[in-house]
Amino acid sequence: MTTTAAPLLEVTGVTMRFGGLTAVNDVSLTVGEGEIIGLIGPNGAGKTTFFNCLTGLYVPTEGTVRYRDVQLPPKPHLVTQAGIARTFQNIRLFANMTVLENVLVGRHTRTKEGIFSAILRGPGYHRAEAESRAKAMELLEFTGLAAKADHLARNLPYGEQRKLEIARALASDPGLLLLDEPTAGMNPQETRAAEELVFAIRDKGISILVIEHDMRFIFNLCDRTAVLVQGQKIVEGDRETVQNDERVITAYLGAPLDDTAVTPREDSTPAVPETVTETDQ
Amino acid sequence: MTTTTTETTPVIPLPARAAAALTGLGALATAASAAMAWTWTSDFPGDLTYYGSPAGLQWLALAAGLLTLAVLLGSQGVPGLRWVTPAGSNNAVLYAATGTLAVSAYSVASIAVELDGLVNLEPGGWVLAAGGLLTVLGALGLPLDRRTAVPLRIVDKRLFLLVPAAPLVWFGAHAVPGDKPVAPVLTALAGGVVIATGAVLLLQLGHLANTWLRLGKVERPLAAPRALPSWVEVLIIIVAFGLGLFAITFGIDTEYGELFIGCLLFAGPTLAALTKSGLIARLRALTVKHRPVTTGAAFAAAASFPFTQSSDQYTSVATNILIFATVALGLNIVVGLAGLLDLGYVAFLGVGAYAAALVSGSPASPIHVQFPFWAAMLTGAAVSMVFGVLIGAPTLRLRGDYLAIVTLGFGEIFRITMLNLNGTTGPKITNGSNGIPRIPDLEILGFDLGKPHTVAGIELGRFSNYYLLMLLVTALVVLVFARVGNSRIGRAWVAIREDETAAEAMGINGFRLKLLAFALGACLAGLAGTVQAHVSYTVTPDQYTFAEALPPNSAFLLAAVILGGMGTISGPLAGATLLFLIPKKLEFLADYQLLAFGAALIILMRVRPEGLIPNRRQQLEYHEAAIPAQPTGEPTALTKAGA
Repeated sequence: MTTTAAPLLEVTGVTMRFGGLTAVNDVSLTVGEGEIIGLIGPNGAGKTTFFNCLTGLYVPTEGTVRYRDVQLPPKPHLVTQAGIARTFQNIRLFANMTVLENVLVGRHTRTKEGIFSAILRGPGYHRAEAESRAKAMELLEFTGLAAKADHLARNLPYGEQRKLEIARALASDPGLLLLDEPTAGMNPQETRAAEELVFAIRDKGISILVIEHDMRFIFNLCDRTAVLVQGQKIVEGDRETVQNDERVITAYLGAPLDDTAVTPREDSTPAVPETVTETDQ
Repeated sequence: MTTTTTETTPVIPLPARAAAALTGLGALATAASAAMAWTWTSDFPGDLTYYGSPAGLQWLALAAGLLTLAVLLGSQGVPGLRWVTPAGSNNAVLYAATGTLAVSAYSVASIAVELDGLVNLEPGGWVLAAGGLLTVLGALGLPLDRRTAVPLRIVDKRLFLLVPAAPLVWFGAHAVPGDKPVAPVLTALAGGVVIATGAVLLLQLGHLANTWLRLGKVERPLAAPRALPSWVEVLIIIVAFGLGLFAITFGIDTEYGELFIGCLLFAGPTLAALTKSGLIARLRALTVKHRPVTTGAAFAAAASFPFTQSSDQYTSVATNILIFATVALGLNIVVGLAGLLDLGYVAFLGVGAYAAALVSGSPASPIHVQFPFWAAMLTGAAVSMVFGVLIGAPTLRLRGDYLAIVTLGFGEIFRITMLNLNGTTGPKITNGSNGIPRIPDLEILGFDLGKPHTVAGIELGRFSNYYLLMLLVTALVVLVFARVGNSRIGRAWVAIREDETAAEAMGINGFRLKLLAFALGACLAGLAGTVQAHVSYTVTPDQYTFAEALPPNSAFLLAAVILGGMGTISGPLAGATLLFLIPKKLEFLADYQLLAFGAALIILMRVRPEGLIPNRRQQLEYHEAAIPAQPTGEPTALTKAGA
């Protein structure tokens, strides 16, 4: 573990069960200040479910999530208020709002103007509104969308919709940003641009936890990578550790024909290789 | 959104010059016929028997003819009239011509039907008919913006089996031998089959017309506006609102249904023509530039309505329109901004009205107090808001259809509770179905709203007073809507409407904001209710039902919001005006009133699904260059599991 400071996010033993199905099984993870952590795993491994447990969309069956040493309440808006913002795997923008308005919605928790202030429109209201707009435009500049501020979100090309999701998430001044497959459907150039963007966000002092399938993207970016298979974290570590781990190779490529080649390396996750072989048949 | 290629060709191959001449001739003939007698007898409403003095429908023919002429000359580039068609599309001429034909054909047809036969037409009537036809024929010969591809057919071929089946079913159901009366179910069924057949044929007709006309849209940038001094622009806005006031006054003041239908037939194509010509876009640009002037002019135009009236007959209609429109605007917060389908909204109007009636000092009220008006208003709004919160708190955790059902239930519970608080089935508070009668007129600062007053030489009756009071309430609601809608709160509402899960992930407390929308909507409806109680003297439970032939009721309120345009201010105001006037003016259709009304609604929604006045966002959607659709997933259909 290379945590330089006290952990920003500390997840201990999170388990999520839907009836008989255990989607996430006893996963622990820490994210330190200024770190970029990757989360990979085959389809259906429970990555997005794990995200939903962190952001309050799901209430985990067991386990705790602590952010800056405070246990997070299981309500999405309170989690965002605490300082964790997220994007969605399948883009969920406010399609019929303009690009600027989308980002302004992201400012919601950081502003307080209520209904009476909106009706009376005193100087305080105008100041707060101008501040929000300035901040939103700044974020649009940052993500390169400033020229399209007045377009409808639905009319943006795919790649820019992804960027807008990130800008909207950043608008809530998060300390930790959760990105759910930010490069899905992108071509190599766009993926490289996304890498740059993620680094730029980290340079703002925001930690990042990212789900991705693009291995090059993950290994270029991440300080550490955790691998989730069938709801369990089988390994966590730097590029070499993950790439050379045989259970990871098994999970992604399938087991070699010779079953004896698969040997569990750690006692903590005995069931994994067997189940992987099973699905492979 | 498939991209269709467009061309600029005439529908009827005519030399362009000849076509323009034909259109002009037709338009002139139509306009000129207004100065001739259309029929020999004064039996037809409006008395169209005079030469040189237009009346009723003849005014419409005159207006339609002149307007078509103006649009034609403008698109032909006649100096001095080019400003009429800044977009320069000939389709505007065709729409204006359609308006002319609609007015002339409708006039001729209604004369022939009501007086039994075309023989009752005087030469003026024939000129009118010929003028209308020529105008459209000529306009079809102009080079029009058209699609090259034929639109898809909408009617399934198998449905045409209904055509031979309909008469069989009809006669079969009505010709059962013997004295036994035919089961009403059977005749109703037969009626249904016949109506369905009619609908199929109409759709097919529309398809055929569409195939033939292939009218399309070519993006044409507006001609660069001439630089005008600021005061001229302001003057244009004022004139436009003056014209608007005149048009609405003309519509409200129509004394017989024929004229009102004529007005609608004229207004529809004319608005389309003005939109196509680019004139409305130009005016909109001006109003955006001079926003305070626009707001002031709109308010002044509305406030001067009572001064155009000689009696209280139509100011009472206008007052009720204002009440209806204000409540619709309140509902627009709930439905249009926050996206909560509320089917029992009229109950909040009722809560406000009952609250005001109870503290009005009416002898029938069990509470023998008489609040001053401001206090009554606050009471009504506050009580209504409390009810909003009470209903909202347990139900707003539901989403979509469930909420609609619960609110529908609440609407009925309110009405039935008011019926039951009559002293027999419950405590005596509301007098049950008799309601609370004899609500005294308001007196504000010594000004008795029940008595006529003379202002600037014009006598303003009781309804005029209430109209002006109600206008203030409407202005207040408009202010609240505009300011809240365009603020942090309003944005949060729209975000919830668009995608509640994503909104919550952005830090919005969905439940609290939905409750806020619900409470604010209820509060504004309650405010309108306090005035309504005094305007109508009596508050009874029957005024607040889910659906009824006349507004305001929950179904009509929702229709006004959707028809007018969700999320806008002017949309529900326009929608409410139309929805109030159409049934009111169609009373002469008796049994067929609701049928005609339903048909009118279907046509309106088919022609303009985004509402009469779509909001800015939808405008962007329609006017921004189309970008190929992206696989953005299915944001609205997703459940939590998909997040």
